[in-house]
Amino acid sequence: MVSVPDARSFGRGKLAAWFQRSEAARGYALMSPALIVLLIGIAVPLIILIAMSLWTRDGFGFDMTPTIANYQRAATEPIFGTLLTRSFMISGLATFITVLLCYPMAYYVAFHVHRNKMLWIVLMTLPFWTSYLLRVFAWRVILGYEGVINSAFLSAGWIEAPLEFLLYSQTAVVITLAHAWAAFAILPLYVSLEKIDKSLLEAATDLGDGPFTRFMRITLPLSMPGVIAASFLIFIPTTGDYITPALLGGPDGVMIGNLIQLQFGPVNNWPMGAALSIVLMAWIAALALVFLFITRKAKDHLA
Amino acid sequence: MKEGTYIKQPNRALQVYAIVFLIVLYLPVLFIPLFSFNDSIYVRFPMQGLTIQWYVDLWTRESVWAALQNSLTVGLWVSVISTGLGVVAARAITRYRMPGQSAIVTFAMLPLIVPGVIFGVALLVLVSRLGIPLSLYTVAFGHLIICLPFAIATLLPRFEGFDRSMEEASADLGENGWWTFWRVTFPMVAPGIVASLLLTFTISFDEFIMTFFLSGTDTTLPIYIWTQLRFPREFPAILALSTIILALSFVLVFVALWIGRLGVVREQVSATNAGS
Repeated sequence: MVSVPDARSFGRGKLAAWFQRSEAARGYALMSPALIVLLIGIAVPLIILIAMSLWTRDGFGFDMTPTIANYQRAATEPIFGTLLTRSFMISGLATFITVLLCYPMAYYVAFHVHRNKMLWIVLMTLPFWTSYLLRVFAWRVILGYEGVINSAFLSAGWIEAPLEFLLYSQTAVVITLAHAWAAFAILPLYVSLEKIDKSLLEAATDLGDGPFTRFMRITLPLSMPGVIAASFLIFIPTTGDYITPALLGGPDGVMIGNLIQLQFGPVNNWPMGAALSIVLMAWIAALALVFLFITRKAKDHLA
Repeated sequence: MKEGTYIKQPNRALQVYAIVFLIVLYLPVLFIPLFSFNDSIYVRFPMQGLTIQWYVDLWTRESVWAALQNSLTVGLWVSVISTGLGVVAARAITRYRMPGQSAIVTFAMLPLIVPGVIFGVALLVLVSRLGIPLSLYTVAFGHLIICLPFAIATLLPRFEGFDRSMEEASADLGENGWWTFWRVTFPMVAPGIVASLLLTFTISFDEFIMTFFLSGTDTTLPIYIWTQLRFPREFPAILALSTIILALSFVLVFVALWIGRLGVVREQVSATNAGS
């Protein structure tokens, strides 16, 4: 386990090359248990999912002749397109709101908190680790027909009848998603802001920039990697969410994740569900690439 | 550590924003414990009075105890296995130069990003094609896939942070590889391991999406909550159960983050001291 001194390997190309190889081999050997689990748990299931998306349902079994019928259905039947678009709209809106609201918070902790910084970071990220189901459930308690808001407003005499639009709407889904994922957005934003060299800000001030110009020209561009990372970290997982729409969405708030879950549950058309999962992933990948491309172009344009 | 004077100036507006932000972040979840002590089956204001009957009710339910036992068993196994795998993975990544290393790390982090529903159904398809019946074992495997990236992400900074010369010194002084790991490496990464154990346990304990697809007749607590949610009269009992789960998660995670961060802070402090 002792590393070879550089001098020895110098001039012994073959030995050095062998050692290099064996170092990699030792690394892989050490990692192999984790790698095997990841392969069985991630790669293999995804490959089988792709295979299954090309099958069709046949009674209680599957017809394994490869066909793209499921994809044709996904492309032609309006319900799939509608739900996909809606999922992206809801997630996009939730992502935008979350990043917008979390940015000042991350900024505050990065630039204005000097004592007990750790406590602030722990406090901000703590809710993320608690049960997602329960955080969504909490919003149902709040937004419900006889929930916290309605009953409080009623007993205060501000409203005559319960506000029906609170629960079972797209608004409810957006609010809940934005709240539930806030803790996830904070960290990348905070890290990118914390990294900014404070002397750049001083230089900008010395050269006559006011707080607003300084923010627009230094802080915001330099924190863009964090903004992009946070956007991805929220947008991608939320597009496939089915808990929030199921508990708070109602008929108008159904998303693509619910449809996928239905195919594997009551509808019992697994190949269709597999095809929808693949379509969702393909769209996410495509949107992510477009988003990256646009931000890169914008960056080049600014620079 | 001299910083620009204007940065030191407190920004009142931001400060108020930050405090409101934290309140809004925690407030919704706090309604769950609040109403779990309410003496009414309706979750609404005005509250009716204080009671612990919902907790007593839970105590007498066989199904809750069974689900709790399942959750604990799965959580313990998953936390130990995922942390163990995370340790060897983090060790391999930091100790050896391997081609394709960053690709592997990205691959391992996939479960953090890809929507849970996709992994859930993909694993369900795999398990059913292999003819494995759904049970707590399949649930635990699903949890393992979700927990592994968190274990690696928690452990990597600890393994990256430490001084390799310590290990070399130990080897030079005649300890073999195993004893070097046990007596030098392990104590240095121990805070990371404890943090990883606590976090992965909490994630497994709270996990719903994978469990939803992969559980058979034996359920875990989150699945139990989900199945009871459709009965309005079960609402208060669910609030009580949720309160217990939330309290447990908050305590475990707070301790985990504190231990994990504390190690990093201590290093930073000693590094600054050494530097000045």
